[in-house]
Amino acid sequence: MTINIENEKKGAMTTTNVESSRRNFIFGSVAAAGLTVAPGMMLYQTANARSQSEKATSKVRWGMLVDTTKDVDWNKCVDACNNEHGLGNEHKSRDDQKTQYIRVVDVKNKGTGYSISLPVMCQHCEKPPCVDVCPTGASMKRPDGIVLVDRHRCIGCRYCMMACPYKARSFVHEVLSDQKENTPRGKGCVESCNMCVNRIDNGQEPACVEASDGAIIFGDLNNPESPISKILAKHGGKQIRADLKLNPGVHYQGI
Amino acid sequence: MKKLHFLEVEGNTKGFFTFLGLFGLISLIGILSAYYMEHNGHWVTGMNNQIIWGTPHVFAIFLIVAASGALNIASISSVFSKTAYKPLSRLSGIMAISLLSGGLVVLLLDLGRPDRLIVAMTQFNLVSIFTWNILLYTGFMGIVGVYLWTMMDRPYNKLTKKAGMAAFIWRLILTTGTGSIFGFLVAREAYDSALLAPMFIIMSFSFGLAFFLLFLMGSYKYTQRELGDYIVSRLKNLLGVFVAAVLYFVLVYHLTNLYSADHRDITVFILTGGGIYTFLFWVVQIALGSLVPLFLLYGPTGKNRAMIALAAALIILGGMAQLYVIIIGGQAFPMSLFPGMEVSSSFYDGVIASYAPSLPEILLGLGGVGVTLLLMTVAIAALKFMPASLADEVADPHSK
Repeated sequence: MTINIENEKKGAMTTTNVESSRRNFIFGSVAAAGLTVAPGMMLYQTANARSQSEKATSKVRWGMLVDTTKDVDWNKCVDACNNEHGLGNEHKSRDDQKTQYIRVVDVKNKGTGYSISLPVMCQHCEKPPCVDVCPTGASMKRPDGIVLVDRHRCIGCRYCMMACPYKARSFVHEVLSDQKENTPRGKGCVESCNMCVNRIDNGQEPACVEASDGAIIFGDLNNPESPISKILAKHGGKQIRADLKLNPGVHYQGI
Repeated sequence: MKKLHFLEVEGNTKGFFTFLGLFGLISLIGILSAYYMEHNGHWVTGMNNQIIWGTPHVFAIFLIVAASGALNIASISSVFSKTAYKPLSRLSGIMAISLLSGGLVVLLLDLGRPDRLIVAMTQFNLVSIFTWNILLYTGFMGIVGVYLWTMMDRPYNKLTKKAGMAAFIWRLILTTGTGSIFGFLVAREAYDSALLAPMFIIMSFSFGLAFFLLFLMGSYKYTQRELGDYIVSRLKNLLGVFVAAVLYFVLVYHLTNLYSADHRDITVFILTGGGIYTFLFWVVQIALGSLVPLFLLYGPTGKNRAMIALAAALIILGGMAQLYVIIIGGQAFPMSLFPGMEVSSSFYDGVIASYAPSLPEILLGLGGVGVTLLLMTVAIAALKFMPASLADEVADPHSK
């Protein structure tokens, strides 16, 4: 079954195969995403959307570009993330035990006094140390570059947290209730930003991107024609701790 | 030289049951603590998203490192043909297995999902050094088991040297693997060093022998078996050499880190401004755990059994402090997200992480020691691991 979704803002034609039972849901969510897109915001490259029966492919590599020079309240991204994944429902954990998928980091140059703020989440490395060290393979990278944890396989050894140079992972310290359907979370497992894999697979952008007022661009780094690739090619971008040669999928401007 | 004769410890005595009960109770308390932590979740511990591995890991890694070190006595006998150590080989082998078991119990029970042990045993990611450690630990148990069998079953005695060689090589790889768990973490300044693997090996020599010597002296005292000066003197002299070797590695490790700019901050933190970690390093690890034992072992008190036992106990204490500083101090120091910059966030970037061990964590760790001692107690009563006498005329090859 094939449906065509017309993206009015970009004028791009998209073809997506969906199972008929999911048709209405997919259509509804894509339409909703289209309606909520703010002017000037880069829309998700729906040309790369795939049906749920199709496996993720290495033809695409999802990435993000964060423009730290824009005057944006990054806490809106944090709130959107918490809301999307149902975070903040720990009642017993201390603050230093609570999960954060994305955080706002303030960086200051001691010499010059120059300072910036930027959102830091899982950097979705091409060569993720968390995946290398995981004894069971629970910490994994999808072919499309998204790094995430298989919560059925995680034994809670926390070695990935030791290995991650970005401190991007959290450990669930207590029994959780009131969970979001798309983000099952369990006591004793490690978790982190999964680039809103549930939204991406439904043809939407990650929640933080949507909340960023255009300051975070999401797209396919493998496609030279995608807006993210074009901007990176023209204006460049930096990766945090690029010296570690992990080639993160999250790029920054202005750092 | 009198003939060497091995004999089980009499099991049907008040003393035996007292120790059995004591070590069983310590093990039970450890397991109950683990249950408490698992039932509630790790929020009841001092651990957090910054100090990811806490006190249980200090105990677990101590026991695992000491396990491979405890096997040294047997290796010296089988691999390096030093007959003086032959009477101690069996005890050395079973102690290696017991220490490893105790350490693994703690490691397992501190997992977020210990119920998923079967996943860890069936789903292997062979790129992970952790996976290799799982295979190395399992293999170690098997190889040392075979090694013990060749020692204790007379027709297979001729295979002891080969089995001993295999066990010796395996234990070197095993401790390299344990050290590499930390050495492979490039992002953390405290651990990013190839020196950690050999340092862990030499630490294992020291911790394992200290534990062995203490157990040997204790068990011979309580079973009223004779333990001559010859054996004790050899072991304590060897122990002193190992303690000095660890000191050497610690010195080189910190000096190289001080020399390279990107590791200097963490080293200065540990050595000067790290609060509890600096205290543990200088006072417990260096002074109480290394210098005082060296004085006790080689000084005028070198023949005094109580002082030798005290030295061994202090070396164990110092070893625990050393691992605490490496494991927890290394995590407390913030990772450098933007080198050279000041960073701060709601996720404790750029600040020294705080950690205070909780009671259940300590009890779980002690439970691992309890499991080790429980296994040893049962083993020496069940099979012939201990020579009936280690008096000089039995143990000293030059005795007439």
